[in-house]
Amino acid sequence: MKAYLKFDYTILTKKIVEEKLAALNLKFSVIGFGEIELQDTISNEKLELITTALSEYGIEIIENQKSILIQKIKDTITEMVNSEEPLSVKSSVYLTEKLNHSYGYLSNLFSEVTYTSIENFIMIQKIELAKNLILNNQLTLTEIAYQLNYSSVAHLSTQFKKITGITPSAFQRIIAKRRVQSLKN
Amino acid sequence: MQKNHITIALADDDEDDRLFFEDAFEELKINTVVTTHCDGEELMNFLHHPETILPNILFLDLNMPKKNGFECLLEIKKVEKFNDIAIAIYSTSSSEEDVENTFVQGANIYIKKPSDFDTLKKILREVVTLNWQYHTSRLNKDNFLLRM
Repeated sequence: MKAYLKFDYTILTKKIVEEKLAALNLKFSVIGFGEIELQDTISNEKLELITTALSEYGIEIIENQKSILIQKIKDTITEMVNSEEPLSVKSSVYLTEKLNHSYGYLSNLFSEVTYTSIENFIMIQKIELAKNLILNNQLTLTEIAYQLNYSSVAHLSTQFKKITGITPSAFQRIIAKRRVQSLKN
Repeated sequence: MQKNHITIALADDDEDDRLFFEDAFEELKINTVVTTHCDGEELMNFLHHPETILPNILFLDLNMPKKNGFECLLEIKKVEKFNDIAIAIYSTSSSEEDVENTFVQGANIYIKKPSDFDTLKKILREVVTLNWQYHTSRLNKDNFLLRM
């Protein structure tokens, strides 16, 4: 005889995920379809176990945990750099507090995935912000240096040149010429 | 950069320079695919070919037969589908005029060819990683200028 089955995929997947995660002794809650929250931060080994257990059923962790954390680090840094309030703590302390991981872990993971260090990334972000402020023409270099927490214009200029190879004024001149150029075309 | 590779193209009429360039990338352990072209005309044909996977970064020598790097730069900047390519001038010249002109015409990076291999590796690594930041971190590409 033949029997006809009807599936509810949502219940099915939810059950599988719940059973598999429970079997690994993980505390978690199901936020919604396709999204779960693990209550503890998990090690790479544990993550591998979850990935294997679920892959049997064709379930994949879409973005790996690392990429998500990297994105969080970047977002936190961007927010930190763009905030007008000067930082009261060192950036390493700030990141540790915001992201609940040791700075050593964050910094190793970041370098491993992005090929650049957190320190360098912060520097790049600050210089990017300096570029935008320079192009806005509303603040002087002295004011920009102050806003970005540099001790002096010289310090800002040195770091600008270190990252871009050109001085802030050369940057300003080139972009201005480019704009004239594109108006001509 | 974990899984995907970065595509790199170089146009340079000097064979030794092309080899150095390829060797440098091989030793860098960054996941790259490098194509090289021996003059500007060949490069432009490559870029315009419909099946070409456009490079993430294009390195342009300035002095080349048939079509020089500056002409290539002007041509590339006029084509919309080439907008995402970061352009690096890769030249023996370090004249302020060349640097400024190419930047104004839309080059993102200006590299004076180094004389030794280790420096070349260091420079290429820096260029690729910074370009990657622009690519992945929502930075404004219009403001991407780098001189090495």
